[in-house]
Amino acid sequence: MARRRNLPLLVMALAVIAVHVLAAAAGKPQYLTQLTMAGYYSLVIVGLTLLMGYTGQISLGHAGFFAIGGYTSGLLTTYNLHSRSSETFVSLLRATGLLVAGQDLYGGDLLVVRPGAACLIALLVTVAIAYLVGKPVLKLRGHYLAMATLGFGTIVYKVVLGSSLVGAADGISDIPAFPLFAGLAVTGKSALRTQNYYLAWGLVLGAMALLTNLIHSRVGRALRAIHGAEDAANAMGVDTARYKLQMFVLSAALAALGGVFLTHYNGGIGPSEASIMKSVRYVAIVAVGGMANLWGALIMGVLLNFLSLRGSFGSYDDAVFGLILLAIMLFAPDGLLRVELVRRLPGLRRLWGRAP
Amino acid sequence: MSLALLFQYLVAGITYGTIYAIVAIGFNIIYNTTGIINFAQGEFVMLGGMIGVTLHAFVPVPLAIAGAVLATMLAGALIEMVFIRWLRRPSVLRLIIITIGLSIAIRELALLLWGEGVRALPYFTGTAVTSFSVGDVHISPQVLWVLGISAVMVAALNFFFSRTLLGRQMRACACNREAAQLCGISAKNMVTLSFVLSAGIGALAGCVISPITYVQYDSGTSLAIKGFTVAILGGLGNSMAAIAAGLLLGTLESFSIWVMPAAYKDVIAITILLLILFVRPSGLFGNAEAARLKEY
Repeated sequence: MARRRNLPLLVMALAVIAVHVLAAAAGKPQYLTQLTMAGYYSLVIVGLTLLMGYTGQISLGHAGFFAIGGYTSGLLTTYNLHSRSSETFVSLLRATGLLVAGQDLYGGDLLVVRPGAACLIALLVTVAIAYLVGKPVLKLRGHYLAMATLGFGTIVYKVVLGSSLVGAADGISDIPAFPLFAGLAVTGKSALRTQNYYLAWGLVLGAMALLTNLIHSRVGRALRAIHGAEDAANAMGVDTARYKLQMFVLSAALAALGGVFLTHYNGGIGPSEASIMKSVRYVAIVAVGGMANLWGALIMGVLLNFLSLRGSFGSYDDAVFGLILLAIMLFAPDGLLRVELVRRLPGLRRLWGRAP
Repeated sequence: MSLALLFQYLVAGITYGTIYAIVAIGFNIIYNTTGIINFAQGEFVMLGGMIGVTLHAFVPVPLAIAGAVLATMLAGALIEMVFIRWLRRPSVLRLIIITIGLSIAIRELALLLWGEGVRALPYFTGTAVTSFSVGDVHISPQVLWVLGISAVMVAALNFFFSRTLLGRQMRACACNREAAQLCGISAKNMVTLSFVLSAGIGALAGCVISPITYVQYDSGTSLAIKGFTVAILGGLGNSMAAIAAGLLLGTLESFSIWVMPAAYKDVIAITILLLILFVRPSGLFGNAEAARLKEY
């Protein structure tokens, strides 16, 4: 069993390498940049798949968690504390080594939070918010859950759009690179393009390994029970409230992880990352992938995000995702990449073989 | 804070609150017959406003409004027949996502047709600066139009649901679908009719409010959230309570400008929505006993 589960992960790792080789051979290294970004978005998508597909809880606010992660890390690594360095709070922070001094473009002194610490704080903040929001929200079902998560997403959007602290409509820019260890930093510089590509996809691979094992464990069976019939699962002794909350927080943490890394990779973040349309787009991709299908969601997520980032949809970007969502839900609510479809293939081949 | 200013805020709050209440009634009509929350409800309001403005280039205001209402009703019927009618036992999740997809599709279509420009019908009487005074309070005549037309609309809906055969059939379907079908009522047609009705009242609301708030391709989304908040606040499905809840939310929002920057005005409404959902999902005027039997 375990080997069968690890096979797709191996195939994925090989595919990641193959894409790199192909892009290099075709002389299109810039594709790797978009694939890196698509990778970070995929973190949100696989997390949401766990929540929507396996646990059966819709969230129309996951762009909010992505944005909370990205904005927190972005704000901490750009907010200059230099003028306040005499305050005890700031000197205390400095003593713990959380702050890093530097100079801006014009030679002015900078004193900001170390990116590594900022990343950790961003993740912790998101987890805390997800817990606080998830606790009451997940008691709701159906329309009420959808509207409540939509409301949460809208609040995050309106707050980042209306707060001058995070640049209001302009967002945060000039976010520094995030050095991990010697020779590797999360940055959009083309010299580190290949390394960042592997970093992003290494993270996605890790997330997939975690999630595929999770859904085949005791937890995964409990989740499917919740999805099938929550009351029955409850009656059988599954602590449904706890599992739902855990999955909500886990998927929010994955979204925030994507947000933090993409923000440092792009060197900036704007309020559009928190918009409802972004949340709907994530839901659309999970639906196209087949709801309870991690690999389907991952494949469709990379494909659609890559095309979108390359500008293939032009100014119809939002319309494309809206129509995809509509078409899938009308005609193929189980998604395009269905297991049954793949299983039916040998049958088709036999049929063909019989034909003269 | 002078008393006059207080009343000025109150008038603004009541005007917006009325519109929220109308959107909420639109939600309720569809919810009662189908159990669906139509996430594209705000788009009906936007469509009504947009079509009204477009028609006004050719015909006088009353005709433009009538045309806009009819066209939006037709759109509502088409949407139901093309996207919803033929689904067999759809899950709630599927219906939520379909209506969200529809709202995006309508919004993007409006963007394509009308561009990003902000439009408005002219004031029905006078201009933007016309006002009459009650003491120190200045009120635009458009406010009276909004309140008057909304009142007539609510009265007409009440008459329709309590006195006409069609309205009673719709209520029968809302009460017990199977029993209504056994009595020879076509439940499917009632669902279509509920979409037509709520598209129509949404469009009318969009027309009368457009001189004050203007209309843009994406103005439906925030109206939908406010309308839903009001519908929940009053108790989902209860249209009379929605009016009280609408006035309450409009006034709260209007006075919130005192304590918070205007940019966060929408946050107030949504926070109220979340609090109500967490604390009392049956709504302020809903029956908590009956609600316990429902699923939230």
